[in-house]
Amino acid sequence: MLHDPFHLAPARMHEAEGQGRHAFALFQAVRHDGPLIWITPARALHSPMLPGLPEGVGERLHLIRPENETDLLWSTEEALRSQPVGLVIAEPEIPMSLTVARRLQLAAEAGQTPGLMLIREGAGSNATETRWHCDPVAGGADSTLHRWSLKKNKKGTFGEWILHWHGETAAFDLVSKTGKRSPPATSTR
Amino acid sequence: MTAEAQGLRRGMPLADARAICPRLVTHPADLQREAAGLMALRRFTLRYAPLVAKDGSDGLIADISGVPHLFGGEEALRDDLHARFARAGITIDTAIAGSRGAAFALARHGGGIIPGGALQRGIATLPVAGLRIGHEIAEGLTRLGLTRIGDLACQPRASLARRFGPGLMMRLDQALGERSEPVAAEPEAPHFGVRMTLPEPIGLQADVMASLLRLLKQLGRKLARHEMGARRLRLELMRVDRATIRIEIGLARPMRDPFRIAALFTRKLEEVDAGFGIEAMRLHAHVTENLPPEQIGNTPDQEDALADLFSRLGNRLGFQHVQRLLPADSDIPERSFTLSAAAYSRAEIRPPRYGPLRPLIIFPPEPVTAVSGHPPVRFRWRRRGYTTLRATGPERIAPEWWFDDPAWRSGIRDYWRIETRQGPRLWLFHTPQAPAWAMQGEFA
Repeated sequence: MLHDPFHLAPARMHEAEGQGRHAFALFQAVRHDGPLIWITPARALHSPMLPGLPEGVGERLHLIRPENETDLLWSTEEALRSQPVGLVIAEPEIPMSLTVARRLQLAAEAGQTPGLMLIREGAGSNATETRWHCDPVAGGADSTLHRWSLKKNKKGTFGEWILHWHGETAAFDLVSKTGKRSPPATSTR
Repeated sequence: MTAEAQGLRRGMPLADARAICPRLVTHPADLQREAAGLMALRRFTLRYAPLVAKDGSDGLIADISGVPHLFGGEEALRDDLHARFARAGITIDTAIAGSRGAAFALARHGGGIIPGGALQRGIATLPVAGLRIGHEIAEGLTRLGLTRIGDLACQPRASLARRFGPGLMMRLDQALGERSEPVAAEPEAPHFGVRMTLPEPIGLQADVMASLLRLLKQLGRKLARHEMGARRLRLELMRVDRATIRIEIGLARPMRDPFRIAALFTRKLEEVDAGFGIEAMRLHAHVTENLPPEQIGNTPDQEDALADLFSRLGNRLGFQHVQRLLPADSDIPERSFTLSAAAYSRAEIRPPRYGPLRPLIIFPPEPVTAVSGHPPVRFRWRRRGYTTLRATGPERIAPEWWFDDPAWRSGIRDYWRIETRQGPRLWLFHTPQAPAWAMQGEFA
């Protein structure tokens, strides 16, 4: 059976950085059932655009806009603790301390909810389970390529994948490097 | 009053009314507020009689049997009523009569008191329109020359009933007191408030929570009886030193489960300064909504758990900061969806998409500099240089002229999807009427 390299371990905290992190977050949003919570600071200017979102995400997505960083972390923790939530996406503005990240990790375990923090480059925390670096890649006329590399993984190997994901459904195609097979993404479990 | 004297009446088409009285000033009627005002007056009038009911849309009827001697007679009662309303700045017309119909007629045509036993004589001179009969019947009677109730009373009943239906005779009998017509006072609107006075002042948080839980259970039973759920609750804590602390919470959906509501009070109660102790508590659900009973299963309800989360988030961040994306009918990118409070809206399935691609992420237009070529071959955005690999477009979107949107003052926009050699797929637009390029979104 083919191992799914982009599966986020449940009840764990994950991080995504790079210019394609929003696309990665929405890619994960399609793959998780249940309500989605996206927490951005109230002064952040960007927002997901409903007509452009992948199928089935718009009606499940809830945006939380806390006024300050403390409230943002508090809402993230509350959302992670809540059982029915499928995925929590949060965009903290300042790098999280180890205490904060560990606290969120405990909340994720309590609620059995995966959390995905969209962070600035290099602002990652040690307590997180995996860290992804996401970049869009230029490609042919009929492809929307992404390079997603797993830079940190507490329970497994690193890896780098180039895939074609058009941003409408959960379907994606891995692109093999020429002359090479895709890296052996074997599970250690 | 002046308008009615000129021949206007209720239910008249506005055009007719304007033809009769060209200087007429009109305002739309706010029926709900009028009804609420009348109900407030009804509550006040309860000081005169135990049975007070709304009579039509503009009147109150009170059954004062056995009451007048408490005020020193009917005359004194009516004077007292007029004096109190006048003090509140309300002009009223009142009448006291032996039958409900007679009181109705007299109150609307002059007012006054008809002494007991003189009913027929008292209302004989009033116009027939006072009998609560329709406008058509009243006009028909006038055409026959029967303008006064007295004229009508001495006519043969059979022919009148044949001509105008049995309703007319019923109204006449009711006015003359030959047919009884009780005053059915409507039930009071339920008040969702409970209170508790404590024998000893309390100060510990656990004690306050225990008392609050008892209040909530009591309130929950009351709400359940009326099939209502609370949407906003106010808790008042009366301290020994006469200070009152008010705590207000909102709920993401109507609810009456005491334990789940109590959990929302916990955080706010932590901040309360109990001083020398709290000796009384009041809990009032001032905003309520219908909550019919539901079949519940053994599994915990997902929606309930989510509503609890939104209540917790909303009470700390404000309910306007917990949002949901709703589709909107507009081609303007910023208005193609709306953000609305999740607690006050329901999720809607997005209509199927057609036409050109839309970005995943949208932001307010940001300037693009150092643009060369059309569509741009090379440009700078957010202090980074990009070169174009492929450009798709243009898609022309015209402003909605019926909205004055400052962002769209620059006129029409030509949107391009630009795939850059550096990777990002960006959504740029050009404003031909004020030549400039701007960035508004990022694709997957």
